[in-house]
Amino acid sequence: MLTVKDLKVAVEDKTILNGINLEVKPGEVHAIMGPNGSGKSTFANVIAGREDYEVESGSVLYKGEDLLEMEVDERALAGIFMAFQYPVEIPGVSTSNFLKSIVNANREARGLEEMNAMQMLKYIREKIELVGMDEKFLRRSLNEGFSGGEKKRSEMLQMALLEPSLAILDETDSGLDIDALRIVSEAVNKLRTQDRSFIIVTHYQRLLNYIEPDFVHVLYKGRIVKSGDKSLALELEDKGYDWIKEEVDAVAV
Amino acid sequence: MSDSMQTLEQHTKSDYKYGFTSNIETDKLPKGLSEDVVRAISAKKNEPEWLTEWRLKAYRQFLEMTEPKWPNVDYPPVDLQDIIYYAAPKKKKKLDSLDEVDPELLDTFNKLGIPLEEQKMLAGVAVDAVIDSVSVKTTYKEKLAELGIIFCSFSEAVQEHPELVKKYIGSVVPANDNYFAALNSAVFSDGSFVYLPKGVKCPMELSTYFRINERDTGQFERTLIVAEEGSQVSYLEGCTAPMRDENQLHAAVVELVAMDDATIKYSTVQNWYPGDKDGKGGIYNFVTKRGLCKGVNSKITWTQVETGSAVTWKYPSCVLLGDNSVGEFYSVAVTNNRQQADTGTKMTHLGKNTRSTIISKGISAGYSHNSYRGLVKIGKKAENAHNFSVCDSLLMGDKCGAHTFPYLEVQNNTAKVEHEATTSKIGEDQLFYLMQRGLSEENAVNTIVNGFAKEVFNELPMEFAVEAQKLLAISLEGSVG
Repeated sequence: MLTVKDLKVAVEDKTILNGINLEVKPGEVHAIMGPNGSGKSTFANVIAGREDYEVESGSVLYKGEDLLEMEVDERALAGIFMAFQYPVEIPGVSTSNFLKSIVNANREARGLEEMNAMQMLKYIREKIELVGMDEKFLRRSLNEGFSGGEKKRSEMLQMALLEPSLAILDETDSGLDIDALRIVSEAVNKLRTQDRSFIIVTHYQRLLNYIEPDFVHVLYKGRIVKSGDKSLALELEDKGYDWIKEEVDAVAV
Repeated sequence: MSDSMQTLEQHTKSDYKYGFTSNIETDKLPKGLSEDVVRAISAKKNEPEWLTEWRLKAYRQFLEMTEPKWPNVDYPPVDLQDIIYYAAPKKKKKLDSLDEVDPELLDTFNKLGIPLEEQKMLAGVAVDAVIDSVSVKTTYKEKLAELGIIFCSFSEAVQEHPELVKKYIGSVVPANDNYFAALNSAVFSDGSFVYLPKGVKCPMELSTYFRINERDTGQFERTLIVAEEGSQVSYLEGCTAPMRDENQLHAAVVELVAMDDATIKYSTVQNWYPGDKDGKGGIYNFVTKRGLCKGVNSKITWTQVETGSAVTWKYPSCVLLGDNSVGEFYSVAVTNNRQQADTGTKMTHLGKNTRSTIISKGISAGYSHNSYRGLVKIGKKAENAHNFSVCDSLLMGDKCGAHTFPYLEVQNNTAKVEHEATTSKIGEDQLFYLMQRGLSEENAVNTIVNGFAKEVFNELPMEFAVEAQKLLAISLEGSVG
């Protein structure tokens, strides 16, 4: 699905990612954890194609193609979805119209016929139920005045609607209370399939109580310094990040 | 500068899509302005003497006036002696049907995507096409006539209904109202005239497409709409102009009069040639539009989508004289490249319980400057007047400017006046978000811009709203893809 090799990325001449290697196979769930400023969000944004970052070296292959050569919308249409940490408000754009247009844009890219209004409504209702939202939100402007929880659920709804091959959740758990966290996790769990992969970027272990990852990676100073299974996450919960920092910094000295 | 800012800029560097000229033979006066020219225009149009005198009086007043310098726009002075004040397509003979219209003219409409023939068939839209100052063809006129509605060119109204023209011309915008209104009053070429008799609700939208077509032709349109007691009308005005190098002056006057319980809705889509990317060429659009809510419970709504012109100076206004009368102004003004716009409205509350709403949305891109200028005036006798204003600005890129000049004069302390203003930047975050969901860059920009302007589009008649959205997309589109 995704092969990242020695990826180095800078923002305004400052190196943020300093040689990332990662292999994500179909159906796998990878958690990327790390202290603040370790480069987690940068990694998520680089995969999604945000332009503020300068890729200095390395390669990223997605389904065998050079991902770094693709535009943001091309990546999206090829099945990469990013759930944003802070979904931006877009005033005056009705949520339902927006959902219709993104669903149809993605269907067109996959060679499927556009859905008509009736089919669309049925499809959206089905997915709304999945993420536990109130249908009223469809009539509101996109993300405008949404609470933190509503924004995250809206992201999960979009993920459910677009059925991506690779979903990246960028700190989706931040600012969520325990109920919202559960709903978000349930949505992800329901969407887990044999060929859909997830990259879950998170600072805290608590999300991983609900979504069981296949692999846990710890990012520090722009590198994956430790990888393991879910027990690594529990260890981090227990001991914090300091012991990893110490280990890495000791080697560096 | 970041990459996406560059893309935004690239995206907004677009060329005018309606640049072409058509070769229709025209009969025109030589360049220049003088009393003789004013007389000649009046004579060419076989006008009655009172109108010739009215023009001459306006001209003499004009000579005493100076060009206004207060708008927040900057342009080289206009040489009024270098303008042709009258040009009319040569009439071969009187036309009875569309088939007899100059095929080249029809072709012009085809290029614009608004073929008259199609328009004619489109349900409910009557088109009075004004090309180079003379109405060439008016459709649906007879159907409207059955209801007693008069919808014709201004020149025709002068011939056929002189008493109405004499009664109302200059009654809302006096000939000496301002420099450009005075100029228009002296040399106006043609325009539209609409009269709604008592109690008649116009069953269709009345629509006029204006088009400047002759090189170096100043365009001085004059429109007058009178709605008698209890009548209703919705009038649409849309403009596109061919590409050219010289700046062209366009100084129109529109007057609306609404009697007791009458409603006039006036919608404009303005797309005059804005000049090239460096600001060369383009139309100067200095327009005076004003509506008088003369009767009780009367209502006038101005809706405008302004995307064209190099320089725009335009304030469609309402004088709320009748008690309980309502004035509304909904505006989307887009400026791109080197365009400059200073536009807004004046709401003058004179009657009791009068209400006004102002919704202004300014979109600036490229190196353009977009100003909102509005006056809300509450007179001494205007008990319980109420105004609500919203002025929002959207910036695309970091080299354009948005400015807001709201003025308020309240002479009656029962008035309630609310004003909201915001300025936002089309965010890289917004673009990234929408594109991450699979929308193309162009589509993402359109989505954001149309969302921003939605409140105004909601006020436009359906077909017009669709056209307006397309126009917005075209105006902001660039070399994407």
